Order: sequence, then structure tokens, then C-alpha cells
Amino acid sequence: MTTNDPAQVFRVEAQELLDQIEQALLDLEKSPDDADLIAQVFRAMHTLKGSGAMFGFDALASFAHACETAFDRVRKGQVKATPELIASVLAAEDHLRALAAGDDVPADEGATLLARIETAMTGGAPVPVAEPEPEKNWRVRFTLTRDALINGTRPLALLDELRGLGPCDVTPVWNELPTLDGLQPADCHLGWDIRLKTRHPRTAIEEVFIFVGDDAALSIDPIEPASAAGLVVTDAAPPAAANDRPAAGHSIGYTVRVPAERLDELMNRVGELVIAQSRLKQVVAFSTDANLHSVAEEIERLASELRDSMMNVRMVPISQLFGRFRRLIHDLARDTGKTIDFRTTGETTELDKNVIERLADPLIHLIRNSADHGLETVEERRAAGKPDAGRITLSARQAGTEVIISVSDDGRGVDLNRVRAKAERSGLLAPGATATDNEILQLLFAPGFSTAETVTNLSGRGVGMDVVKRTIDSLRGTIDLANRPGTGAEVALRLPLTLAIIDGLLVRVGQARYVIPLASVEECVELTTDQDQRSQGRSFLTLREQLVPFIRLRELFATGTQPDRYQKIVVVSTGSERVGLVVDQILGDHQTVIKPLSRFHAGIGTFSGATILGDGGVALILDVPHLVAAGQQQEDRLRAAG
Amino acid sequence: MSSILIVDDSASIRQAVKIALNGHGHNVTEAANGSEGATKAGAARYDLIITDLNMPVMDGLSMIRKVRTNTAYTGVPIVFLTTESDPGMKSEAKAAGATGWITKPFDADQLCRIVTKVLAK
Repeated sequence: MTTNDPAQVFRVEAQELLDQIEQALLDLEKSPDDADLIAQVFRAMHTLKGSGAMFGFDALASFAHACETAFDRVRKGQVKATPELIASVLAAEDHLRALAAGDDVPADEGATLLARIETAMTGGAPVPVAEPEPEKNWRVRFTLTRDALINGTRPLALLDELRGLGPCDVTPVWNELPTLDGLQPADCHLGWDIRLKTRHPRTAIEEVFIFVGDDAALSIDPIEPASAAGLVVTDAAPPAAANDRPAAGHSIGYTVRVPAERLDELMNRVGELVIAQSRLKQVVAFSTDANLHSVAEEIERLASELRDSMMNVRMVPISQLFGRFRRLIHDLARDTGKTIDFRTTGETTELDKNVIERLADPLIHLIRNSADHGLETVEERRAAGKPDAGRITLSARQAGTEVIISVSDDGRGVDLNRVRAKAERSGLLAPGATATDNEILQLLFAPGFSTAETVTNLSGRGVGMDVVKRTIDSLRGTIDLANRPGTGAEVALRLPLTLAIIDGLLVRVGQARYVIPLASVEECVELTTDQDQRSQGRSFLTLREQLVPFIRLRELFATGTQPDRYQKIVVVSTGSERVGLVVDQILGDHQTVIKPLSRFHAGIGTFSGATILGDGGVALILDVPHLVAAGQQQEDRLRAAG
Repeated sequence: MSSILIVDDSASIRQAVKIALNGHGHNVTEAANGSEGATKAGAARYDLIITDLNMPVMDGLSMIRKVRTNTAYTGVPIVFLTTESDPGMKSEAKAAGATGWITKPFDADQLCRIVTKVLAK
């Protein structure tokens, strides 16, 4: 459903425009002479002013007008877009945001911000301005026809435009005004006599009335005799800069705004439909009615298409999220005094909107960590032979049904000795205990861990990385940390594309059925009785000359049943690591609508959720990363033992 | 009952125009920038085009020039609806083929009167 109230539409639009302004300003920092960007800021301010005034956001409109005027000077090349000017307009943008949201703002904040912009502009090196035209005095007289008001002419707008040219002294001419009993309220009986002082040429004054046409009688006369015949002057104003760059994410034309809850609701229904459809499929299997079969197949196809479209609707480009961080980097650079070269790649990668929303905080934390702990000071960087500007790269890419988002920097990397010392101090690691590099890195995610020597206002308050881990876990994602001491670190978050429905492989272990996410299944092989017996005690499988550890789910779940004669191994992987899961029977693929486990079961690592099957039964969904980790541990143990 | 095309990058302005003109029984189609406006004007003939001046992708002046090359739009009124008050703009707009000029903020009644007037011509 669309929102019909234009004021409400404007609020949303204002936030979008302000986002655009912010992005353009931040880009402008890098290329202060980019005319396209300057035009973009100018235009967005202009739209804010116009639409704001339209819907009663007067404070916003007049403030936007002041900013627009300032940026007009940048646009005309009279003032340079200096870092200070950009910073002051960014501050003004926050003020505009508050005004658009209808928040209370301190009464003098606007004036202070405008003064700051003014100072930034006069402080910058001004480009010499062309000698202005000398001021001249004009007498402008106009009367409107009687039906002009009915025709939509607005004398006040005309007077306002004249005032825009210079100071005006307006006198109404009302000698045509009839007596009260002859007065028709809709008729126009007034004329105006204006004395105008302006630098603009006569053509500019004529232009004010250009569209009034037949509705007005107009005379424009110079009051002082013009000293020279300099009245015909070519228009000084440059044409509006054409902007060919399509503004990203700005194609509002064919878009419908929908409240997010409605999407979730719809997704829920689609989930229920998928479950009902799989029940139908099962019922139909016992029927010989060809018509029923064909309808059931049709519904299956439609349900699966509906599911895919629904997924697509929920996908949003990650640029929405990445955009927010540029401001963060700007502020971080200011607060840490470091120069940060921030790069993003893969902004067009799409991800479920729920996932994106929940990623903001973890990413903010990771970026802060990089800026605060990862990047060295300029002096340290110079000593290490690195460029002054520290680089932080935020990248996103899709790999199969996962999206990998990574935050990397070219800073000092993680100092394992410091991590170790700190962990020993805080009791997370027994002093002198043997631990692999990877195990030490994992300590960073332990609750209450922080290596910051001094607590800064940015990070290092001892909360954070464990929260990042919890959030990513709850999104069914994983975190990889790559450390390159001296040259930087990279934290990669691997996330499933969506949280709601997955393709699963339905298997049976003992009496119960389980779902393995199909995306992580690599292959299925048979475990012959012979192999099974030989591998007792050493659960390894040779798969194309590689040893793959396997886990007997029957033992893990203590089913107490005899194994089937032909057991199967489902080989699953998480990126680089593989493990085999021994099941009794593979039942087939299954569209799995994920139902979360209750809070009481939140601590169970082996399962990530449950689903309802076509016959109404329940199947638990296996948490593959957890099982792979368990398999690898088993492998490590066996390797260590022998 | 006429078909009217509103071209403006501001969704709230389009909405306001649409509400005002729908109330007078007009059929209103929206376009979010000059390029979209020109495409829509090419695909169907409108009785009136109301357009903003300053828009991304293609501004109002370029759009009006493009639309005026189409003979189907000879005599069709095109009115600017803008906050622009840069000197020189109005005459440029007139030269490009604009019939009218409405300054934002506008009120719904005034808009409807102007629309009635230009449609009558």
C-alpha cells in the first residue's frame, strides 16, 4: 500500500535527499572540483527547499534555501569546496535531518550552522568575481486584468520575484477599486507601483512577467537616466549544469513503498503456502487422478515461483548499508587524526533486508576496530614504509547462497602476543597453555575481551567483538579472521542470502528426519558395510585421494537403532572445510521453511531451526558450520592421538 | 477530464499535484525526471504537461525541447512548476516552448485554476 499523505511522502523523500547530499559531499571531499557532484548537492537542497515549503516544513525550507544559496556560489565557481566547507555543510545536513524528522532543535542551532558555512566560504580562497553591474533604479508598474486571479496569476509571487532582484519599495494602486457593494471578491482591481534597485538588466525584470502575458499591463522605466547604453547585457547566469549521472537508487518513478512488516507478513504466508503445498504433494502421490496430478504440479511450480519472487522483493542492495559508513569514516578520521582511505566494492550485492538491518552494528564495530586498533598513526606508518593514508576496504560478494562481507585494513594486524597476554590476564587462557594462532585469534570474540591499552571514545570498551559474533551467529553466519602481522587484518562475515526459506536435503537417521541445507551439500556417497567396519575408530573416508572425517549422526543423536544396511554419507562443507555426515537414508530435496527454535533451545549448537514436513511431522535443521567444526575437532584429536 | 503528465523528481510534489488534479476529474500520470517524462510523452499523448525545472538525469528545459520536436505536441500546453528564480530561466523556458510558470509552493486551488485556464486555450 502506498502512503497518500504528501507530507508523509515528503518526510521519506527528505531523508533520501539528505542521504544523497551526504554521499555527494563525501565524494566531493575526494574530488572537490567535480561539477556533477556540486550540481547534485545543489539540486537536492533545491528540491528540499521547494517540497519542504510546499508541505509546511518552513524552517527546513528556509534553512535549505540558505544552504542552496551557499552551494550556488560553489556551483558558479566563486567559492571552492574546501574540506571545512564540506564539514560545515555536513553538520548542516544533520540539522536538516532533525528538522525533517520533526525533532526539537535548539533555537539558535540553525543560525550557528549558517554562520559556520559563511565563515568556511569566506575563509576559502575566493575566485575573483566578475565586476558586478552597477546598481540602477527602476520604476515598475503593472496592473492585472480583472480575471487574472481566477486565471491563476499570483501577484504576490511576482512581487517576491522582484524582491529577489533587489530591494523594492511597493505601493499598491487601488484607484480602480469599486465601492463595497460593487466588489467581486474574486476579481482583481489592484495595480502596483514599484521602485526597484537592482544590478540586474531590464531583461531580468521583464522576465518576471514573461508568463503573465495578456493578464498584465506592464511598464518598466529607468528612474535615473542610464549613463551608458549598457542595458542589453547578455545573461550572466550560466545554464544549469546538465547532470547525466543517474543518481543511484533514485528511480522512484515505478516504486511502491511498503511498510517492512507487510513484507514479513507476506513472507510468512508464502512459508505457510509452501508447507501446505508439500502436504498436497504427498496426498496426491496416493491418487491416480491425472487431473489432480496436473493441478498439484501447477501449484507446486507456482508456489516455488512465488517463493522466489518473494525472496527477490526482500533483497536490497548492500549499498544502502555501505553508504552509512562513509560518514562514520569521516568522523573516525577526524577523531583519530589518522588519514583513512576508505574503499568499498560490491555495493550492488543483494541481501535479505532483515539481514542487512542487523549487519549495521557489527560492521560499525569492525570498521571502528580497524580505524582505531588496526591502522597505525601516520608516523608509525611512515616508519614502516607504508603510505600515509591507511586503507580500510569494505567489500561484499556473493558466493553460492552466501554473501561474504569483509572489512580489511592495511594496518599493523593483530599482535598475537598482546592478545595472549591480555587473555591470560583476564583469565580466558591459562598462563603458558599451548594454543594455535587461530585459537588465540578466536579469543578476540570471547566476551569481555579488549586489547585497547587505553579506552578511546571509539572502541575498546570491552564490549563488541563478542556482540559481533553473537549477531552473526544469530544470522546463521560465520566469521573468518585472517591476520597478516605488520600488513593488516581481514574479518570476513559469511552470511546466508536469506533467513526464511532454504532448499534442504531431507534425510532419515533412525526414526527421525532431519534437513541439511542443500547449499552446503557437496555430494552424497554410499558407506558400504565393509568400509564402515574398516573405518571403526578412525572415522575417515577417502574421497578422491583426500581424507574427509565423518560423523555418525546415529551415534551423535543416540538413536539406539540398528544402522541401515546401506548407509549414506552426505558430504557437507563450509568454504574450505569438509565433513561427512552418516545418515540412514536420503529422502530427497525439500523446500524448508525455517521455524526458529524456542529460547529454551537457543543453546543447542547442532540444530539451527526446525521445519514442518508435508505430513505434518517436524524435522530439525542441522547446523552445518557447527557439525563441520565438530568433525574437524574429531580429526585433530585423532591426528594428535596417532 | 484531461490527461495530464506531472514530471518532478520530488515524490511528494507529484503526490500533491495528483491529489489536487484528480479532485478535478483529471487523469494524472507521474514521471520522476525529464528523461522519463519525455519517454512517457512519446508513448501517449497528454493534454497538458506540468514539469519541474531542476531534475536529475534530464532537466525540465531539455525535456521540453525534446517534447516540442514531436509534432503531436504542437499547441499542447507545457507548464513549469518550480522553485527556480534564477534570472534568465523564465525567458529560456519560454524560448524552449513553455506556456506557463507556476512557482512553488503553490496551493491546490491556484494550480487547478491555471490548469483550467491553459487547457481552455
